[in-house]
Formats: sequence, structure tokens, C-alpha cells
Amino acid sequence: MKEKQRILKHPVLDFKRGRKINFHFERKGITGYENESIAAALFASGVKVFRKSKRFGHPEGWFCGIGKCSSCLMRVNGIPSTRTCITPAREGMQVEPQSAKGMLPDKTSIQVARKEEHVQVLIIGSGPAGLEAGITSRKLGLTTLIIDENPVPGGQLIKQTHKFFGSKEEYAGLRGFEIARIMLAQLKNYKGTYLTETSAIGYYPEEETGKHKFLAVKKQNDSYQLLEINADNIIITSGANENYLPFPKNYLPGIYGAGGVQTLMNVYGIKPGNRALIIGAGNVGLIVGYQLLQAGVEVKAVVEAMTHIGGYLVHASKLARLGVPILLRHTIKEVKGEEYVTGATIIEINENMQPIEGTEREMDVDLILIAVGLSASTKIPFQAGCEKMFVPELGGWVPIHNENMETTIKGIYVAGDVSGIAEASTAMLEGRIVGAAIAEKEALNPEASQRVKESALTELNQLRKSSLLKAVAAGKIKCQQKWNEAKNHEQ
Amino acid sequence: MNNEAREVGYLTYDILKETVRLPAKERLAKGPVAIIECTEDIPCDPCVEACKSGAISKESLVTPPSIDYEKCTGCTLCIDLCPGLAIFVVNINYKEDKALVSIPYEMLPVPEKGDIVDALNRSGENIGQAEVIKTRKGKSGTHVISIAVDRKFAMETRSIKVKRKENEY
Ligand SMILES: Cc1cc2nc3c(=O)[nH]c(=O)nc-3n(C[C@H](O)[C@H](O)[C@H](O)COP(=O)(O)OP(=O)(O)OC[C@H]3O[C@@H](n4cnc5c(N)ncnc54)[C@H](O)[C@@H]3O)c2cc1C
Ligand code: SF4
Ligand code: SF4
Repeated sequence: MKEKQRILKHPVLDFKRGRKINFHFERKGITGYENESIAAALFASGVKVFRKSKRFGHPEGWFCGIGKCSSCLMRVNGIPSTRTCITPAREGMQVEPQSAKGMLPDKTSIQVARKEEHVQVLIIGSGPAGLEAGITSRKLGLTTLIIDENPVPGGQLIKQTHKFFGSKEEYAGLRGFEIARIMLAQLKNYKGTYLTETSAIGYYPEEETGKHKFLAVKKQNDSYQLLEINADNIIITSGANENYLPFPKNYLPGIYGAGGVQTLMNVYGIKPGNRALIIGAGNVGLIVGYQLLQAGVEVKAVVEAMTHIGGYLVHASKLARLGVPILLRHTIKEVKGEEYVTGATIIEINENMQPIEGTEREMDVDLILIAVGLSASTKIPFQAGCEKMFVPELGGWVPIHNENMETTIKGIYVAGDVSGIAEASTAMLEGRIVGAAIAEKEALNPEASQRVKESALTELNQLRKSSLLKAVAAGKIKCQQKWNEAKNHEQ
Repeated sequence: MNNEAREVGYLTYDILKETVRLPAKERLAKGPVAIIECTEDIPCDPCVEACKSGAISKESLVTPPSIDYEKCTGCTLCIDLCPGLAIFVVNINYKEDKALVSIPYEMLPVPEKGDIVDALNRSGENIGQAEVIKTRKGKSGTHVISIAVDRKFAMETRSIKVKRKENEY
């Protein structure tokens, strides 16, 4: 048992592990801790290969670690295609790897109870956008149901150990996980339901009335509950997906997304590797590099294809002065290893992004982190039929939305990264704007609601003056123009 | 200047000197003073609130901070409250040929008073040994470590490397 992979001492985090539990993986005994995901417990026990490619037979590991890709699917207690990265490990569980397809073992093994809910507002996701939308809408008197498919609420915030920028109103100076804690405590001051381990799976409006209805599945140990959620308003705050990078053998275990590595080390306290190479010198890559050092992982280098870093200088300087080289105009050429990453070759590239032969350098690493950007997690709004638009400034395809964050479907709103990749402070402000806009529309406290909305809008515009957010501001304007066009077209 | 730094990958001393007004020799000679190495328009302002002497100001949330060196007392309170870990306090006349440099520190192990550690410059190079004179854990959880270094390295020393003791982490 590789207990040494568990982080016992950390400069800013204090890991409170639950009770020890035992479960089975391919009939072998695995020891994990209560409240830990199956994937985390397996990883800590030395299981790195999560499946074999059906076509090529090569080993693959998990990648995103936040429930957004399908690399960690396994059969859990007979139920196929379970996302082990967001399913808590439980005593006595039977976990088995599965080939690419998940076969249903026996039709009667899954018990599904149905339940109907009626609320004024349904919020899908509980990152900073969803939490702030929930706090605001509840404060202004709306009945609000919040669902999140993760067992731990708080979205990306819970794995951020660094102090956030911003001003006092957006909790500046506090660390991400502390902000999540404060927001959750605030939410609890108001009445309303909050369900974790509950995934929104699709939008099915009522046929006759056209009223909004979302289906969601709530996991309760081994049984599932199908929720039919009837809501006058929907706020989708499903966050972002990690972008992938094509290079030879990029499937090998040991190559992970930045968010997944953060979850592993900062939520579950498990060391993701010993010697890391980071690809991408945007804020995410730079911050994760610093967090790896805090977890006791050596960071060999950050490579970046561009001629300049994409993140803030203060983040880069923190890494540089701890001796981590930031190599611009470099990329990864290939990965070594058969079952697991045992090294990497990096190479310099020229102005045309072409590799310069002879500049290869070997890196002795067992962990490669991909931090090459995020794109909006748009499955839910697009399935619902929200019109979309490709906006490079916002990270690609996003649902078209107006200043109130309403999509082209009346009553369906978006906020945070799903509406365009930005950051936590602006995600919060967008969440506040939506909550207030809905309260205003529902004529609850219209004056107070309008005041909240206006001041959030002013703050948001102020933040977007900074150079890193200017592009986002431009992207948002494109979206708003398109929304107006769509509305005029309708009339 | 910021663009130049981004092409290097971080803020070097040469670029810093060109970008911000550093304290004059006379001010440095008077005693401890804060050096703010935050040059971009980050939407952020805890440094302004942190300073009880009113030495730090920002024209707007998104302009880089500026500091009035005459008002700064070198108290080090801003060091641990800055999310960018971009503020350092330098006292070039600590004693004999030594300067005292106070830095933010968020790694393990946390050094203790009297420990000898490696002093690192802005690119992480070891520039000599330093004695830990004082440590303080700030409200934010960030430690402020004050180390004595050779005076000539006062403006270069920006980090430390602490040797792990046995059985540690
Ligand atoms: C390494 C890193 C460092 C960062 N540092 C900073 C920083 O210093 N300052 C800053 O301001 N920002 C920072 N950010 C960005 C910030 O974390 C994000 O912009 C922010 O979390 C976006 O908030 P959100 O609410 O839109 O989405 P998220 O926080 O991603 O939350 C989305 C939530 O939706 C849930 N969800 C998704 N789909 C479904 C579904 N179908 N059903 C139910 N639930 C669902 C997810 O489980 C998740 O909990 C950082 C991000 C990263 C990755
Ligand atoms: S060292 Fe003290 S006086 Fe000087 S800027 Fe910082 S908080 Fe203000
Ligand atoms: S608190 Fe630090 S990072 Fe923020 S503006 Fe001030 S100096 Fe810059």
C-alpha cells in the first residue's frame, strides 16, 4: 500500500480523512477513506491504469478528475459506466474496470424511484456562479433548488489553495477553499434545498404548456432517484472542461488535467506524482505548479508554446523564485513509458510553431500536467436548445446570452464559465446578476432586486477593464449583440 | 515593460527597476521599506487595506498599486495579505554588512529563528546563506520570514530554500 502518496503535512491545508474503508477492485482489497472518491482511493493504492483501449490495447488513466470526461468509467456494484472520480468509495463496494462499452448486467439491478419537484428557480452547478446565484435569489425571496453532481459542493473553488485577487466584496485575499466555505455558510442562512451527487441529464419541457422541466438523477448509494424538476427559471452554471492536447502517447496514465490533479492533491490529499512537467503557462498552469510544490512534488519545468506567458507575472514570479524554469517557445515532443509515464522529451519551437530539431531535452518526470485552457461545459444548455455562438474570446462555443445572462430560451439563464471562460470573481458577479434579474422579473422586491443587479453590473464592468479580462468583455458584447439580433428576428 | 517580463517568463530585477520607482538610496538608508513587485493591472486591492499607514494606493481597482515610501514604516503587515505574494520589505542597514529581507513563504518546512537557509534570487538561484531572524504566521496563513543576507543581495533575495529535517514530510 502506497501510504506515502498521501500528503500528511501541507503548508495551508489540513486533511481530515474519514474512517478507513475497504472495497474490492478486480477482487483485490483496496483501502481508502470515507468521503474519498473511488478514483482517488484507487490512485492512492497504486492503481494507475483505469482501462485498456479496446482498439489498441494500450493502458489509459483518468484525465479530468472532475466528472467531465469519460476516462474513469468503471462498473461499480454491477452498475456500468459509473464516473469513479465523482463517486465516493464505500465499504464493501465491488469495482471493476470495463472495456470502452458498459454493458447492463441485469435489467432489474437498478432501482429508480421517481420524484417531482416544483420550484421557482433551479440552479445546476454549485461553483462560485451557482452558489452566488443561489444566495442572491434566496435572499430576494425565490424558492430555489440547487443541484450539483459532485459529492463535494463548491466547484473549482474547493481545490484552490492560493489567495484570490479581487476586492473585499469578492472575498479578496481569501483562499479558494475558504471562499467556498463562506459561501456555503451564507447559503445555509436561507431556506431551500441543496442536493449533491445529483446530475442534470436533460431538458424535457412539458409538451402542452412548454413549461420548463429538467430531469436529474440523484445517486443514493446504490439506488437512483429520477427527479422531474419543474422550474419557472433555470440557471445553468456547469463550469468548464479542460482542453486536451494531441501528442504521441497522450493517453498514458500519468498525464492528467490540471483540475483533476488539483482535486487529487488539494481535496483528497494524495500526491499525484513525484516529478512533474507542466504544459501551459497560463494562470492555471502557473498556479497548479505552485500548488504541486506545496504538496511536495518537484516541478521540473513549465513549457509554453507562445513567446510569452499567458498568466499574471506575480504567479510566474512565485514559481521562478522557487527555481522552476518557465520555458517559452517549448512544447512536448513525446512521452516515455509503457504502463505509466517514465519521462518526457521537450523541444523548442520556432515562430511558425514548428519544432526545431536538435533542441530536444529529456525530462525525468512521472507526471505531466496539461493546462492548455478550458472550454465552456455546454452540454446542458445545448441539449436544451439554447442558440450557440463561437466566440474565441470566451474559449469557443458558448450559449448566446444577454446582459441579464438569459439565453435565447426565455427563462433559461447561464452564469460563470459555462457562459465564457473567465474567473471566479466574475463568475460570482454573473451569478448575482442572474439571481437579481429573476427576482426582478418575478416582481419580488423589484426595487431591491434592481439595485443588487445594477451594482453587480457596475462591479463586473469595472473588473473587466483589466487587461486579462478585456477580451472577455469584448466576447460578451458579441454575445449580447447576437442575442438582440435573435430577438429581433423572432418578433 | 510588462510585455518584456512576460517574454522572459517572470519579473527580473532589471525590468522591475525600469517599471516602478524604487526607493531612493536615502530612503533605503533610513530603515525598512516595502518593495511592491506587482506591475500589472490585476483587479485586486488587499494591499491598500492592509497598510495602516496609508502608504499604498491604487487609482482604481485595476491599476497597479503605488507606494509612498515616506509613509511606509516597513511594518511587514502587507506581505502576508497580498494574494500575489508580491510584496517584500528590505532593511539594508540591519547590522554590519547585513541587510534584513522579509519575504512571504507558503512552503514546508517552515524555518525557525536561528536556522541557516539558502537565499534565492528572483530566478531561484542560490545566492548564499542566510540566517532566519524572525518568523511570523500571518492572518492569511502565509508566513513572513525575515532573513539576514549580505547587504549587496538585499535587492536580489526574494525566496528561501529550507533543508528538510529528517522524517519530515
Ligand atoms: C487552477 C485554477 C486556478 C484558478 N485560479 C483562480 C483565481 O485565482 N482567481 C479566480 O478568480 N479564478 C480562478 N480560477 C477560475 C475559477 O475557478 C473558475 O472561473 C470558476 O470556478 C468558475 O465558476 P463556475 O461556477 O462557473 O464553475 P465551476 O466552479 O466549475 O462549477 C461548476 C459546477 O457545476 C457542476 N456541474 C456541471 N455539470 C453538471 C450537471 N450536469 N449536473 C449537476 N451539476 C453539474 C460541477 O460539478 C461543478 O461543481 C482558477 C481555475 C483553475 C482551474
Ligand atoms: S510595510 Fe507596513 S507601512 Fe509599509 S506598505 Fe507595508 S503595511 Fe504599509
Ligand atoms: S494585493 Fe498584491 S497582488 Fe494585489 S494589487 Fe496589491 S500588490 Fe498587487
